[in-house]
Amino acid sequence: MKRIPYFPGCGLKDQARGFELAALAAMERLGYELAELPRWNCCGTVYSLASDDLMRHLAPIRNLIRVQELGESRLVTLCSMCFGTLKRSAQFVEEDSERLATINAFMDEEDDYQGGVEVLHLLAVLRDEVGYEAIEEAVERPLEGLKVAPYYGCMLLRPRGLGVDDPDHPRVMEELLSALGAEVVDHPYKVECCGSYLTAGRADVVEARVAAIAGAAVQRGADLIATSCPLCQFNLDTRLSQAAGRRGTPSIPSVYFTQLLALALGADPHLGEQAIDPRPVLAARGFLSEVRG
Amino acid sequence: MKPEQEMVTVYIMGKAYQVPAGLTIMKAMEYAGYRLVRGVGCRGGFCGACATVYRLAGDYRLYADLACQTTVQDGMYIAQLPFTPGERAPYRLEDLSPEENPLLALYPEIARCVSCNTCTKACPQDLEVMDYIQAALRGDIAKAAELSFDCIQCGLCAMRCPAEIVHYHVGQLARRLYGAYLAPRAEHLAKRVQEIEQGVFDEELDRLVKMGREELVEKYRARDIEP
Repeated sequence: MKRIPYFPGCGLKDQARGFELAALAAMERLGYELAELPRWNCCGTVYSLASDDLMRHLAPIRNLIRVQELGESRLVTLCSMCFGTLKRSAQFVEEDSERLATINAFMDEEDDYQGGVEVLHLLAVLRDEVGYEAIEEAVERPLEGLKVAPYYGCMLLRPRGLGVDDPDHPRVMEELLSALGAEVVDHPYKVECCGSYLTAGRADVVEARVAAIAGAAVQRGADLIATSCPLCQFNLDTRLSQAAGRRGTPSIPSVYFTQLLALALGADPHLGEQAIDPRPVLAARGFLSEVRG
Repeated sequence: MKPEQEMVTVYIMGKAYQVPAGLTIMKAMEYAGYRLVRGVGCRGGFCGACATVYRLAGDYRLYADLACQTTVQDGMYIAQLPFTPGERAPYRLEDLSPEENPLLALYPEIARCVSCNTCTKACPQDLEVMDYIQAALRGDIAKAAELSFDCIQCGLCAMRCPAEIVHYHVGQLARRLYGAYLAPRAEHLAKRVQEIEQGVFDEELDRLVKMGREELVEKYRARDIEP
């Protein structure tokens, strides 16, 4: 069993339990233990764009110190927001030693962060380390006949150079879904923003965004949308369900990519948190023996 | 002849005083003539009333501690905090549900935490204060309750927090929620209470009450003692 330090983030301990539980179960089947980082704190949630506000980088850098304390140099995350914030803060201090010196001086109760911790998204680990061939071999129940529309959103891919894949033409989720035997449904909204945290104050904007994304997937015959971010998932699922009934609002379930991975590997996909239940369509395609309420 | 008492110089609210070495900050203030009516309580390190901040000569740190538990050092600059203003959110414990993260709902400002850890550094109980706020933020009530268990509500964390969080109220609510909803119930206790209410032990108790002294002593000496 290989071991990689793992940063869950608050969402995965709260409304996105299925995202994490499915990932842990699936990775175990692939011979990997995602070892939860001891004493992790909030990633910082939103990467601070103010170049002189170092206080906003304490949270992400402190998490990287925890990795350093383990004698490790890698940290894997599942949530796109956490991934973006941790990775960009790591880069922020990497490119300017004065910033890092100030942050280290402030956190005088900790060992200095030395730099060099690599922040990875699980999709990149699956692609670059586990490899699609090994995943294909481990598949117990190929997702044959299941039409899945990948949805990337913003934080997984941007800014260019820091994301897991090309921000305009990403392939990583398509390739994973293909390895699982699913039929990939391409659509033009896969890298469009879901409305993000406008969901807190302007649900109307988010509802219009997710209706367009879901509409594109439905129009092309998708059964499901695959996501990698609890906020995208919330918007595509809960906000879309709240807009249901309005003329022209499409309805399609969204699941985390880890849940499809777990399903194909014969592990528990931990479905059941979604407002738009994915279990009926999965049952109809023969992937769930029974629909549990 | 009494050996000469070693004295140190401390600055209380900016004024220099010679006080005997080895006194606590609280006793040093009283030695200097202060009559403490606020910011003083049990004098034993349990009540949390005597939050104090101080600096030491040649050291940039602002230290925080309890006046009744900290001995004076030469060149110490001392200020006593008589009170920490901090609003406790109104709630009825029985109306809360631990699944809906009432910690974040009632104290939404905990989302302002930037993980600076200043609260932890201020805590005279050496609690991992930031860690329990972080646990609260993600709805881990049991962890927040456990990490804040030894909190004495002195308020120093809240006074130092740049995000203006009132940590000790969050920790207190976490412990109340834990006790009300999450702590495992003692099933054997409920069973025994039921037995008592059903009168299972009434006869035995009556017999003891009516027993003479000699018989009682005899029974006491012959009692079963668990190994």
